[in-house]
Order: sequence, then C-alpha cells, then structure tokens
Amino acid sequence: MISLSHICKEYRVATRSEGMKAALKSFFKREYISVEALKDISFDIKRGEIVGYIGPNGAGKSTTVKILCGVLVPTSGNCSVLGLVPWENRLKHVSHIGVVFGQRSQLLWDIPVIDSFSLLKDIYRVDELSYKENLEELSYVFGLEEYLSIPVRQLSLGQRMRCEIAASMLHNPQILFLDEPTIGLDAVSQIAVRNYIRRINKEKDVTVLLTTHDMGDVEALAERVMLIGKGQILYDGSFSSMKSRYDTVNLITIEYDPTMHLKQPEHTALVSNENGRAILSVDTSKTAASSVIGQLSSSLWVKDISVQSRPIEEIIAEIYEEYEI
Amino acid sequence: MKKYLSLLKVRFLNNLQYRAAAIGGLVTQFFWGIMLVYIFRAFYGNSSVSDGMSFQELVTFVWLQQGFLSFIFLYDWDYELLEMITTGGICYELIRPVNLYSVWYVKLLSKRVARGLLCFAPVILLGFLMPEPYTMSLPYDAVALLLFVVTLLLSLLLIVAISMLIFISIFVTLSPVGSISIFATIGEFFAGMTIPIPFMPIWLQKVCMFLPFRYTADLPLRVYSGNIRAGDAVVGIAIQTVWIVGLVILGNLCMKRVTRLSMVQGG
Amino acid sequence: MKLYMKYVFLLLKSQMQYMSSFIMMVISQFFTPFALLAGIYFLFERFGSIGGYSMFEVFLCYSIIGMCFSIATCFARGFDVFANMIRTGSFDRILVRPRSTVLQILGGNLDLKRVGHFIHSILLLVIAIMQAPIDWSITKGIVLFNMIVSGTLIFSAVYLLQATAAFWTTEALEVANIFTHGIKEHASYPLDIFPKWITVFFTFIIPFGTVNYLPLEFILDRTEGSPLIYLLIPFAGGLFILPCLMFWQFGIKKYTSTGS
Repeated sequence: MISLSHICKEYRVATRSEGMKAALKSFFKREYISVEALKDISFDIKRGEIVGYIGPNGAGKSTTVKILCGVLVPTSGNCSVLGLVPWENRLKHVSHIGVVFGQRSQLLWDIPVIDSFSLLKDIYRVDELSYKENLEELSYVFGLEEYLSIPVRQLSLGQRMRCEIAASMLHNPQILFLDEPTIGLDAVSQIAVRNYIRRINKEKDVTVLLTTHDMGDVEALAERVMLIGKGQILYDGSFSSMKSRYDTVNLITIEYDPTMHLKQPEHTALVSNENGRAILSVDTSKTAASSVIGQLSSSLWVKDISVQSRPIEEIIAEIYEEYEI
Repeated sequence: MKKYLSLLKVRFLNNLQYRAAAIGGLVTQFFWGIMLVYIFRAFYGNSSVSDGMSFQELVTFVWLQQGFLSFIFLYDWDYELLEMITTGGICYELIRPVNLYSVWYVKLLSKRVARGLLCFAPVILLGFLMPEPYTMSLPYDAVALLLFVVTLLLSLLLIVAISMLIFISIFVTLSPVGSISIFATIGEFFAGMTIPIPFMPIWLQKVCMFLPFRYTADLPLRVYSGNIRAGDAVVGIAIQTVWIVGLVILGNLCMKRVTRLSMVQGG
Repeated sequence: MKLYMKYVFLLLKSQMQYMSSFIMMVISQFFTPFALLAGIYFLFERFGSIGGYSMFEVFLCYSIIGMCFSIATCFARGFDVFANMIRTGSFDRILVRPRSTVLQILGGNLDLKRVGHFIHSILLLVIAIMQAPIDWSITKGIVLFNMIVSGTLIFSAVYLLQATAAFWTTEALEVANIFTHGIKEHASYPLDIFPKWITVFFTFIIPFGTVNYLPLEFILDRTEGSPLIYLLIPFAGGLFILPCLMFWQFGIKKYTSTGS
C-alpha cells in the first residue's frame, strides 16, 4: 500500500551568527549548511493499518508526510503509494488520499460546513450520487447533522475537527494522513475524535498514518508505532512491545502496619517510606512485580497495595533522551 | 530607556535579514525615481523654471524622496502589528513590563531606519550619476545640509507618531484596514508626496501648512535644495517639534484608553 | 470553470457576512484614487500639457490602467497574498488536492472591495471619453475593449510573477506591491516621454505599453497604417501571461524539491 525505501532528504539553510558585524556580513554574503532531514528512511504500511508516527519536533515527521503526499520530492530513494510515485503523479495520487492538518483548517471560515463540503465535492470531482451517500454515512458516523448548516467560525474546536476529518473523507480516499488531529482538544472531544478515526478505519477500511505528540492517541488507536528521531526510524513495531521494551520500571505503593519493619526485596529501590506508606520502584527487567509483592506480603502485614507502570509520556521522554534526539 | 534602545538594536538587526526586500526596494525606488523625473521633464516642456520650483530643485526633490522613502512615507503597514490588533493578540503584549506605545513606536522606527539606511546611499549615488539634467544636485550650502539632516530626523520621528495614531484608530474603530488606507493616502497628499506642494494651488498650500503632514516630507526635501530658506527651515523645525510632542502625547493617551477598553471588553 | 464559479459564489457568501465593513471598504476604494487624480489635475493646471497630450487624454489612459488594475487585483488577489500562503503552509493544502494550483489560488481569494476603484475608473473613463477630442469608431471601441482585457491579463501576470518569487523568498512581498502600485500610478503617461530603455522595458519585458501607449496613439489618431495592428497589439501584450505561467510551474518544481 505504502512503501518507502531508502528515502533521504536534505535541506539547505542559511546560517547566521550573533552581533551587528555578523548581521551586516550576512547581508552581503550568506553561508549555508545542508541539513539532513531524513536519513535513509524505509518502511511499509499495509492496507487497513493504523500507524502512529511519533517523534520530537523537527525529527522529520512532517517531511515524511509531505513526501508521501507528493508535496515534497526526496533527495534520493524510492517511494510508492497505491502503486504511484507521489511526486511524479501528484494530481492523480492526491485524489486517492485524504489529509488533515490539525492546525490548519480546510473549511471556509465564514460559511456553513455544508458549503465547504460541496466545494470539496467539486474539487475532487465526486459524482452526485456517491457524494450523497458519503455525506449521509459520514454525518451519521460523526454525528454531524446538526453542525452542517452552522458557519465554521461558530463551531467548537472538537466539532470542527470532526468536520475536518469528515471533509477529508468525502472523496473516499484509501489513505488518510492525520497530522495532530487531537491537538488542543478537551478530553471528551479527544476521545470522540479517536472513536471516529477507529470507526472509519474499520468500516471503510482506510489506512491511517497518524502523526502526533499525544501518546493517548497512539495508545488508543495505533497497533503499530514508528518512532523517528534525527531523521532516522528508531523503532518500528507494536505499541505494547515498545512499552515493555523501554518501560523497565514499575512503581509499587504499599500501606503497611507502621510498627513493622520493611525489608527491601532485591532489584528494588526505595522511593519513599513514611508512616507505613512506602513507594518502591521495581526493575522489571530483573524481577517481576508480582514476585516483589509476594515477598512484601509475606514479611509485612499489608493493608493496601497497588502497582503502577510509569506514564507513557515519561517513557517516551526517556527514549528521546536515550537517543539524544 | 535602555530596554527601548536594545529593542531598537534587535529589531534593526532583524530587519537587516531581509536582503531580498532591501535590494528589490532599492531597484524599484530607483526605477520610479527615473520615471518621475522624466514625467516632470515632459511637464516642464522646454522651460526649466516654474513658479515655486525649478526643474533642478525638483529633480533633487525626487531623488531625495526615493532615497529616503522609508523615512518619510506614511503608507507603511506593519503586518505584525495589524495582525495583533485584528486578532486581539495585542492584549498579550500588556503582560510585559513595558510601555506598549513605546515598544511599538520603537519597532516601527527601527524598521524604517533599517530600510532607510540600506536604501538611501545607493539611490542618492545613482541620482548623482544620472545624466544632465536629471542629476541630483549638491545641497544649497552647508547650513542647508545641516538643516536637512535635522529636519529629516525629526520628520522620521513625526511620521512614526502619525502612523501610530493610524494604528490606534484601527484598534479603536475595529474598522477594516482597507478603509483606513484612505487617510494614509490623504496624508501623503498633504505631505507633498503625490506632487510637491509648490505645484498645488495657493489655497491648498495654505491648508498644508496647518496639517502635520508636510513636516514629514515636504520640509526636509525642500530644505536641502534651498527651496525653503534657512530662516523658514528653523521655524519649520520648531513646528515639527511641537507636532511630535503633541502627537506622541496624544498617541500615549489614546493607547492607554484603548488598552483599558480592551481589558474591560476582554479583548 | 464550474468549480471557479462555485468558489466565487462561496466567497461572495462569506463576504456578505461582513456587509457594513465591506461597504466602507468599497467607499474608501472609490475615493482613495482621487488623491492621485487631484495631483495630476494640479500638474496640468500648472503646466498645461505633457509632451503634447492633454489632461483628458492622460485621464483616458489613467482610467484604463485603473480599471485593469482593479479587476486584476480583485481576481488575482490570491497571488498577491501568496507569500503568506507559503509562510503559513496553506500552499501544501493546495498541493494535496487534485486540481490545478492556479485555479485553486484564484478561487480561494477575491478582493471584492476593488469594486470601488473599478467604479471610480469607469466614471473617469466616461468623463475622459466625453471630454477628449476623439472621433470614435467601432474599431476604436474594440481596441479600447482589448486594452482593458489585455491590461488585466498583464497585471495578473505581474501578480503571478510576484507569487512565483515567493518560492525563493517570502520577503519581497512589499517590493512587488510597490511595483504594481507604481505601475498603476506612473504608467498613465504616454511612453514617448521616457528614454528609449524604459519604452523598451514597457513594450517587450513587462508589456504595459502594448495596452496603453500604442493603442492609445491609435485612438487619438496619431498613427498611420493599418488599424489591424492596433487591434492585435494588446493581445500580444496579453500573451505575456504565458511565460509567467511557465515560470510559475517551474517555481512549484523548485518548491517541491527543496521545501520551504
């Protein structure tokens, strides 16, 4: 469906140093350095997959998406999307894909949503019949009926984002590129948007490439995660195995009878221990949380116990640090 | 004061980055300068003197006008500021411990200074290199040159004060930029930028004297060539100063009112 | 074409949401050019004529240029603000749609307030036609019409060039504005008062001369030879838009290969 092999992309950027003299100098002569935005990126995405594409700012996410959309030509490498080379057959290629930029609207600001939809219908040359069918289906799935006649500027961000996604589905694309679809949304709208994405993926068999900073999106939607940093793919695999691979620390909180002495089990570190409430961190690569619990409950009179894995954001931050990206 | 000076410097350096804009501006200014002197040549026909302004003085006027355009033209929209006004983002500026009026005054000033310094020397030089009779002439005398420099700097301060008032009025009336532009056009007309003031009928010249606009362009440009004599120029400097002080105070008052208003209305 | 009409319809609909400010802008657009007009008037009052042309003859030229400028600025608005589209990334949106970029950009923007300037120009044209000593004929009417059509094309082409420049640098926006507005203000005078190289520039490089000066000479009966040439000359000028379109395509190539 989507296949990228050995894609590289270089940019040339003007350098500039500080101070009056340097500024004057750069007015007459500018120095450039080339920056490798993508270094030998390869991956394949199969039909019907939802892939989460994550990485820190400037890692090359949007460059990759631009190449896949045909907006950018790579310096070297091959790419085929639905059997076409995106940048060589741009016009043909883009009529089979849908793109949502979370921070830039494709809807006309001052007029009702339905007008924007009908403009898109003409832009993508969707015939009347399938437009009607699609509109009906999408407004059912996304619950849009009541919004269609409202000017976009009066919609809330969550409502607008639903309309945005629906708008990019009007021409029945086989691939949907979502760039930060839940950015700025409140928790309820976030969950709603994720549900819609899942539904269109299931019901219309649409392949989804999701770039995001929100790990909640990835956790909720993507079976597969690609992590990019400094222009290279650092991880490509299932979300859960990424989590278990990097998440080597669990936290155990116990409440025990404070008159008893806490004996620290092996491969654990004591985070805090006060008034019969202790937090232990467990190195899960060496021992299982359950065996630690066993040891603790055999030596102490435990009132309450709970195990937490660390928040995913923390894990991701650690991965970024590990790769120095 | 120090923070405004360092802001001036930073903005100046930032504006230096716009190399293509500077070169493009230079070329267009020079080009329009040439067209203007030829148009006036054709108007003058065979005579080289007209009441009020000789062709020689006019040519010098045109080259100075083109060279120092960014010091004297009113029609300069600062898109950053306009966007802040229309989106209400100007409220965020209020959280900084600075005087909003001064900050924007300095920003507008530095933009003009940066562009002016990049443009004026080449345009003036080319003006001197033009063939007769389209050559720019030397200043009337040393005193005229000195008075020119003083009046030009003052007119720079004055024009920024006037454009600040225009921006503030957009903020107050929330009217679209397009409809305010008519005031800028009228201002430029009374500044002698559309045609030099000596070419206007006497009654209109009198009107010009009572408005601030001619002190932003007409005065320095004509002082240089001695079309306005030293004595009148000194009077002009006094009037310029009065206008600057008055308009800056007025601008500050309006700005205070406006920001209070926008805080009440919640932006 | 159908798609373009749809765009226009929707933009009109958007504009109607802000009726009162729209009317204010149209009125302002109507009155603003009077400042320049007054300038020209005072110059003629002082000097009498320019290079053998009377005031109303210059007004004729001025009104035609004004008309072309207002139409082009209204419809080619998208190219005028194109640097912003690059800066904000909205051009990427256009590239991910399966339609011609030119159509989408033209359709995405209309500067309807230019109606004010257009009405101003028509009014002036009527006055100039009534006042200038011209023997009108059908041929001259057609030439006049051609001047307006081709002049609009040339202004649009200049906007297109300005937009194309944004692929290389987004700083030059204001400069290009000085240029188009400068043409509007200075190109109203007959070309023969300028030195040779300016005449050549406005005949062969940015061919405004083919839509004002040369056909104007014909309308004012200052030419000899077949009127056919003067019927066709404006079209030759209008063709200027073709290389500009090619340059535009080249710019897109550059944009997609280097990014922004």
